[in-house]
Amino acid sequence: MSIGHTLLGLLESGPRHGYDLKRAFDEHFGQDRPLHYGQVYSTMSRLLKNGLVEVDGIEAGAGPERKRYAITDAGVTDVAQWLHRPEKPEPYLQSTLYTKVVLALLTGRDAAELLDTQRTEHLRLMRGLTERKRKGDLADQLICDHALFHLEADLRWLELTAARLDKLAQAVNA
Amino acid sequence: MTATDRRPRDRTDRPAPAPRTGLGARLGDLAMGVRFAVTGGREGWARTLLTALGVGLGVTLLLAAASVPHLLQSREDRGRARTPADAAQTVHRADNTLLTATADTVFRGDTVHGTLLHPDGARPPAPPGVRDVPGPGEMVVSPALRELLASPQGKLLRDRLDDRITGTIGDAGLVGPGELTYYAGSDTLTTEAGAHRVASFGARSEAEPLDPVLFVLLLVACVVLLTPVALFIATAVRFGGERRDRRLAALRLIGADARTTRWIAAGEALFGAVCGLVAGAGLFLLGRQFIGAVTVWEVNAFPADLTPVPALAALIAVAVPLAAVAVTLFALRGVTIEPLGVVRNAVTRRRRMWWRLPLPVAGLGILLLAGEFQQQDEAAPPFMIASGTVLVLLGIALLLPWAVEASAARLRGGPVPWQLATRRLQLSSGGAARAVSGITVAVAGAIALQMVFAAIQGDFMKITGQDGRRAQLNLSLPTADVSTTRQMISDFRKTEGVRAIIAGIEADAARPGPRRTGEPFVPRTQFTVGDCPSLREMARIGSCRDGDVFVVHDSTGMVDDAYIGQTARPGKQVIFNLDSRTDEPDGPPRLWTVPKTARTVDSRKDPAGETRFGIFATPAAVDTGLLAAPVARAMVRTDPRVPDAAEYVRNTAARIDPLMSVDTLQNLQRDKNYASVRTGLLIASAATMALIAASMLVSMVEQLRERRRLLSVLVAFGTRRATLGWSVLWQTALPVGLGLALAVAGGSGLGVALLRLVGKSDPDWSVLWPPVATGAGLVLLVTLVSLPPLWRMMRPDGLRTE
Amino acid sequence: MTPAGSLLAARDLRKAYGRTSALDGVDFSVHPGEVVAVMGPSGSGKSTLLHCLAGIVRPDSGTVHYDGHVLTAESDARRSALRRRDFGFVFQFGQLVPELTCLENVALPLRLNGAKRRAAEATAREWLGRLEVDDVHGKRPGEISGGQGQRVAVARALAVRPRVLFADEPTGALDSLNGERVMTLLTDAARDTRAAVVLVTHEPRVAAYADREVVVRDGTARELAGTA
Repeated sequence: MSIGHTLLGLLESGPRHGYDLKRAFDEHFGQDRPLHYGQVYSTMSRLLKNGLVEVDGIEAGAGPERKRYAITDAGVTDVAQWLHRPEKPEPYLQSTLYTKVVLALLTGRDAAELLDTQRTEHLRLMRGLTERKRKGDLADQLICDHALFHLEADLRWLELTAARLDKLAQAVNA
Repeated sequence: MTATDRRPRDRTDRPAPAPRTGLGARLGDLAMGVRFAVTGGREGWARTLLTALGVGLGVTLLLAAASVPHLLQSREDRGRARTPADAAQTVHRADNTLLTATADTVFRGDTVHGTLLHPDGARPPAPPGVRDVPGPGEMVVSPALRELLASPQGKLLRDRLDDRITGTIGDAGLVGPGELTYYAGSDTLTTEAGAHRVASFGARSEAEPLDPVLFVLLLVACVVLLTPVALFIATAVRFGGERRDRRLAALRLIGADARTTRWIAAGEALFGAVCGLVAGAGLFLLGRQFIGAVTVWEVNAFPADLTPVPALAALIAVAVPLAAVAVTLFALRGVTIEPLGVVRNAVTRRRRMWWRLPLPVAGLGILLLAGEFQQQDEAAPPFMIASGTVLVLLGIALLLPWAVEASAARLRGGPVPWQLATRRLQLSSGGAARAVSGITVAVAGAIALQMVFAAIQGDFMKITGQDGRRAQLNLSLPTADVSTTRQMISDFRKTEGVRAIIAGIEADAARPGPRRTGEPFVPRTQFTVGDCPSLREMARIGSCRDGDVFVVHDSTGMVDDAYIGQTARPGKQVIFNLDSRTDEPDGPPRLWTVPKTARTVDSRKDPAGETRFGIFATPAAVDTGLLAAPVARAMVRTDPRVPDAAEYVRNTAARIDPLMSVDTLQNLQRDKNYASVRTGLLIASAATMALIAASMLVSMVEQLRERRRLLSVLVAFGTRRATLGWSVLWQTALPVGLGLALAVAGGSGLGVALLRLVGKSDPDWSVLWPPVATGAGLVLLVTLVSLPPLWRMMRPDGLRTE
Repeated sequence: MTPAGSLLAARDLRKAYGRTSALDGVDFSVHPGEVVAVMGPSGSGKSTLLHCLAGIVRPDSGTVHYDGHVLTAESDARRSALRRRDFGFVFQFGQLVPELTCLENVALPLRLNGAKRRAAEATAREWLGRLEVDDVHGKRPGEISGGQGQRVAVARALAVRPRVLFADEPTGALDSLNGERVMTLLTDAARDTRAAVVLVTHEPRVAAYADREVVVRDGTARELAGTA
């Protein structure tokens, strides 16, 4: 999972300061692993260095002063590319995929297309494994089958998610 | 599912904690089945409806059959009640007597029963159904006759029965509602003219015992017609059974044991049968309202006549539901309803012949034994005839499933439709065989009966010797003097549609003078006066002119020809008034000379089939005043272009004398009852077969519905409709063909045995064909009617997976 | 207008059952020797698409081209003949004629095509061998397992050497192992005979036997990018 892309995506809806970013991240994705402040600031400084975000202003208030970050055009492009690039199908991918789907929904992008692209990638890998299995010996078959079953589980998840996109969009944008 | 899963499991079920046993539990299961039938949703109701309809039709027929005794009895009672009281002793003329005479006539083939009444006094007895005895010029008529007379079609008859209609005969005076009957008043009736004097109506004569041959036939007919009905009812309670079984499987899933499910199934069938009973009773009550409009075998009855014998009705009411339960339990013995499906062990349990064959054999044996009784001039016991026939027919029905299975198992290969059909039969032939067994029994019975009928038809049909081409009607002219007779003949001649009258005035002529030595009596012969055309119909006279005389010799050898020659001697005299008792003239001798020119010719059968002989004279040759006690005979040749010519002639006859009879001349005289019984039998067996065809159709459509998905798959393959159509045809035709073969074999066996019972041999094998043809026609019909549902099932909808 | 080199191609297929639209403008094509998986959720119109492509059902509008014929314009009799001769079918279940033996079931389409019984049964025997169910010849479908039955069905579909094989959830009623074996045998045999395969399935592992996948969703089909 790419925290950088996630935070960038969150910034797309408008400038936020670090504390806001952490809260937004935790709300959407941090169910079992909240983000540390330190991670937010180290990530932001990396993005700042790469020109994907800029400092929008500094808020002075009662407490310590806070930098407000905004996404740059380069940042928006980067998020788009990331979202549309299928993940390499591998086990336990769903946290990344979930993040991508939610972000796509939050940023008003086509989540269904994202899922389809991913699905195609999964099937391509499955086809490869199936082909290998046909030609291979029993050991190959067993190894391939292991991978195939996991990929199938992912694919089923993709299908299920695709079928529930409308509901998810409502929940996310609520 | 693997092969082992499919094998029927051990049927003994795990003992339930508290097993319900005994009658109470079974009744409870039955009740549950009834409840399922009622609450089983659309499918349950459809099944119940189908069963109810089938059973209902069967019950209607059974009730109708159970009403026959009452029907015949009440008809006979009414018939006897209106017969003038037995005149064994002479009834003396009194205030309360009247003269009656039968004046039946025929109108366009229908008999019109007529009675003339001439009261002797002021208090004449009235026939049943008649309030007041009609006076002269008046008549009372049956409602059917009243209607006929009032209709345009009856105008001709109205001319004949032109008395004023003063009343209607009540039902009590009619044998059937469609009967044409009248009572007419008369003031000219005399005992001399053939009338009887009676003091009351109502014959007390005992019923004639039924002809034993007819009795055997009736008994067999009942068995033949009712056995298929019983089989049909047995089939009807199985309608929809396969789907019901699958529903019952669900019950097993929630814990019902195998026995319980079977009794629940029986309960469903019971409900259907009871509904059928009600439907049948309803149909029967409804149908009998229309019975008056139906005339079969000249029998026509009032609705109330069609009342079942109470004992038989009770038997039907009890036996039909019981049979439904028994049939269902019996049918399910080869079926294991498992929680996850239904297993039929049709394949595993082969049918055996050994226990089926003894039945028909025993039946034939009993019939042959009964035949022995007959040989010894003892009446065959009805019990033996009935039981023998039932055994043969049931035996045929039992043999059929075995025969279908055994022959289907031997069939291999063939074109695709044939293969599909034979394989289907190999897998489960029971249903097809069951449906067909009804047809088989009906056909076998019909064949047997037809054989008997064909053999005894000689008894019912004779060649009359009449020639219906030369003349069509025979008149019995009343005795009268010659001039009156001539007047009558001229009346007939002037009647519309009459082409010619063949008439002869007949008298006796004898040789004058005393008996000669060696002669037991004085030779005499017949003397006939008629015009040339008439004489030509009676003898081969050649050329003829008025004034000619002929001596006619019998060419058949029937008549003692010598007497003709000894009497009719050209140039010598004959005497007309020689008293045959005394050989003396009755009064002054009336003599006439046979002209020398009289030619001797051969006789010829007249159109009525009689041989005329003796002296034939044309009117100018003789003074008919000389003739003693002349009688006239006349035949009428009608114009074929005037369809009602016979009716005009009858009208003329009625005008001259209502008691004059006018008979139709026909080459063959066939007993009308015999013909109608034979036709009725054909119709009844055809109706039975149609009933069975309906049940075959139901099971065929049901089977198609079961196979909806498979049919769609076959269509996906590109299977031609024709291929599947042919397979449906073969699937019906194979068992029916086998059934018909069995029916022909069994039916002719039964027929031969029955022929022995009625003392006939030489069976007429041509009677085999009509029932066989009917059966084959039904196969075609069932196939044709199954085709539209087949086409519908062949739509791809069946491919959609639920 | 069909995609170049395609054997079977559909354009803008529309089909409604009453008010429910099953297909709502579907394009589809398959090349000789190609295995195409048609995926999608239940009720998405996958099977309807297969039925239209195979000429079992006539679409409300749109065209199906097969090898120079416009299938959608042919008469029912011509389409039936085409299905007999050029197409093979495998369904999920209930496709074997229960009263015929397995051998006779496989021989059935050949015989429908007019082959003599002996010749047809010889070919059938060979195909049962290829699908590794030599031992079921004389048995009836009710006496064999589901996996065996499905192999018999595949043998039957391939015995006519179809140019297009339509398989509608061919492994739907089978466990994984049986399903895998049936799919391997099916695709191997199809590749050997250069038959195009239209494979309707909702199982990704089954779809993985295909060269390409088409997803039907709400009556429209999408050829997913980058699958070649």
